[in-house]
Amino acid sequence: MRFNTATSPHDHSQNKLDRLMLHVVLALLPGTAALYWYFGWGVLINIVIAVAVAWISEAFILLIRQRPVFTTLKDNSALVTAWLLAIALPPLAPWWLTALGVSFAIVFAKQLYGGLGYNPFNPAMIGYVVLLISFPLEMTQWLAPVSVSGESLSLQQTMQIIFFHQLPVDGWDALSGATPLDKIKTELALLKTIPEIKTDPLFGYLGGRGWEWAGFCYLLGGLYLIYKKIISWHTPVAVLSSMLFIAFVFYLFDSEHYASPLFHIFAGGALLGAFFIATDPVSSCTSSRGKLFYGAGIGVLTYVIRTWGGYPDGIAFAVLLMNMSAPFIDYYTKPRVYGLSKQ
Amino acid sequence: MSKQLTINRGLHRFNGGIHFADEHAESTRHVIASLPIPDKLILPLKQHIGETCKPVVSVGDQVLKGQLLAESENYISAPIHAPTSGIIIAIADHEVPHPSGLTAPCIVIKTDGEDRWCEREPIPDYRSMDRSHLRNLIRNAGIVGLGGAAFPSSVKLNPGPGRTINTLIVNAAECEPYINCDDMLIRERAVEILHGVDIARYCLKVKQCKIGIEDNMPDAHAALQKAIKETGIEDIKLVVVPTRYPTGGEKQLIKVITGLEVPKDGLPADIGIVCHNVGTLYAIARAILHNEPLLSRVVTVTGKGIKQPRNVEAFFGTPLSELAKFCGGYTHDVSRLLMGGHMMGFALHSDELPLVKAANCLLAGTPDELPEPGKPKPCIRCGMCEQVCPANLLPQQLYWYAKAKEFDKTEEFNLFDCIECGCCAYVCPSEIPLVQYYRYAKAEIATKVRKREKSDIARQRFEFRKVRLEREQQEKAEQMQKRKEALRGSDDNSKQAAIQAALERVKAKKEERAKTQTE
Repeated sequence: MRFNTATSPHDHSQNKLDRLMLHVVLALLPGTAALYWYFGWGVLINIVIAVAVAWISEAFILLIRQRPVFTTLKDNSALVTAWLLAIALPPLAPWWLTALGVSFAIVFAKQLYGGLGYNPFNPAMIGYVVLLISFPLEMTQWLAPVSVSGESLSLQQTMQIIFFHQLPVDGWDALSGATPLDKIKTELALLKTIPEIKTDPLFGYLGGRGWEWAGFCYLLGGLYLIYKKIISWHTPVAVLSSMLFIAFVFYLFDSEHYASPLFHIFAGGALLGAFFIATDPVSSCTSSRGKLFYGAGIGVLTYVIRTWGGYPDGIAFAVLLMNMSAPFIDYYTKPRVYGLSKQ
Repeated sequence: MSKQLTINRGLHRFNGGIHFADEHAESTRHVIASLPIPDKLILPLKQHIGETCKPVVSVGDQVLKGQLLAESENYISAPIHAPTSGIIIAIADHEVPHPSGLTAPCIVIKTDGEDRWCEREPIPDYRSMDRSHLRNLIRNAGIVGLGGAAFPSSVKLNPGPGRTINTLIVNAAECEPYINCDDMLIRERAVEILHGVDIARYCLKVKQCKIGIEDNMPDAHAALQKAIKETGIEDIKLVVVPTRYPTGGEKQLIKVITGLEVPKDGLPADIGIVCHNVGTLYAIARAILHNEPLLSRVVTVTGKGIKQPRNVEAFFGTPLSELAKFCGGYTHDVSRLLMGGHMMGFALHSDELPLVKAANCLLAGTPDELPEPGKPKPCIRCGMCEQVCPANLLPQQLYWYAKAKEFDKTEEFNLFDCIECGCCAYVCPSEIPLVQYYRYAKAEIATKVRKREKSDIARQRFEFRKVRLEREQQEKAEQMQKRKEALRGSDDNSKQAAIQAALERVKAKKEERAKTQTE
């Protein structure tokens, strides 16, 4: 009897690229749900716009690059990029802002470098930073959590704001507000102390109201990814522990002017960044030891940018800066091969 | 398996590895069966690592069971014997189980079904024998490592001068989830395995022996414990190691049990350890105590593509189709036939190939358990390959360099420390056939080395010739010079004398010739 041949190994694990990416989206669902709970329909509309634009722009650029369209789209990597960027944007961001950011991320930061696996920078963060630098006003107009403003917008109202910029009668002021990190930055500049600032209803138990629950959900999602062996623990642990450490040192030194370590973890994009953005395999370090250095760099840089930099949150910049150093770190953190002496 | 053994404390870990679901249940349900003597046996002349054997019989010869058929003078080689009595009907090329699918020289025996032995001299009292004589007996019995590597065992029993061995490690950690021929062998023949251990210890002059056994082999563990009690053989420690592929790899098992690492480009003997597989030790015991050369082995015939998976003891040279037939034949959806496990085994294009010494498993798989390889996607640098690599390599970097044909770089990244266990390719989310890239790079480097050696030899030859010609010329010139000087430097008297002597020699010769002519 004759048989077909193939080379060993003859079996493969179930963690294939497209499923892996779907797991990441699955792990993002609790955090997305929390955001929806606190910030309303805008969160979901952003995601829909982002995913649609991501697919269209990727298909477009693949056609130009003469690469297979459907097999590439099927790997779900564009879906993840779009999703991550969408939940990082203000919930009432105008549609063109989302579309611009996502298409820049896919076309320039990903495909023009050669597509998945070849991009030196995290595409979602490139998209975010491009928007943050180009449209600072739109990017910092966050919606206050529903429980703070007491106002909840219907789906129709939200769509009118996002697509036609038709504001409700009483205008922006009732709806929008600064993010907690933003608030701390501006109020500190007005010579207030942290305990004074934190009396604002914008702040919750640990971080910002609403934000902290989203952060908690990202933490759960991240743990699920670690359990499923889709990401390794090294990066998130390094990001969070280095951030805790540096925040703790300054907090001990002067708790009136430096926010508490736990506030830093549960405010802004720290948990999202630690579990979902810093762990992007393509643009981060590969070795376990390298991931520790890489993550620690992100944690420290985020704190530095938040505290002394010009932007309220620093995750995106920190990730991009560490993306640049990833190959360098990898070079110096090669594991010791079995049987090679310890020198 | 119903219960798990408790893992020993104080063990060590090698990097990575994969824990697979157990696939043993089906094939361990029955005892080891002996395959009836097949009509024809096809014995490849090379079933081991080392030099190919040369036949010592010719077509038409009547051979007896255990009779020597082919051997080699090379130190690293293993002779081939007739597994049963019969007539040699051919010595010719035949397809052999090899990843290349090529043919190789084989001896074909038509069996007579009588299974008549040649004469034998068992040695029950081996401890009174000379060690090198024992090693020779083991070598002449054609014993090779039966765990899959097929390296001549007698070589591994001779650590050579300057190396002292302090531990014999017995490899009973069958880590590929489908293979359980060692497990079954231990369950049924533990006493003989222990005798094999004792012979190996005597040859190596070592006292301490550790048997590494995986925690999913409780029956084998119990059998060994019982046998240790029965035989009273001392200083044998059973070490239960966690079931994790590839713990059965020699280097990995040594690390798990002792915490030591075999040095790069070195041997276990360099750190005082020798490692043998249980099947090999069983064969050694048979060879010494019964003077039986290696004629057969236990092989696991399994997979969803076979109707009655089980372990079978069969003669070398048995066509694999006979094994499949004996185990109920194939199911209708069988799609791939492997020699070895699903991680390191290689696919066979036909089942008309003979069973060889290295074959520990015949795995007939369905598309469901051995899926067709998926289309490779771009590497996303996730580093999962690195997390599972038991040699601590950077599989992903090796892949890039192999793909870019930067072979110097692959060597710099320790390509040759890759044991091709397949863990990296198994976990790669992009389904890149990583191991295939490494094999390619290794082959390219080997070709380059061979070419370099060839050109080196040619150049050496050329240079030697040049030197030789120059030297000859110089010698000639020197001689001439010497002669000239002898003539010039001497005084007139001696010159005259020399001329006189020459003339006299000529005169004497002439006279002699005249004399002979007249006679």
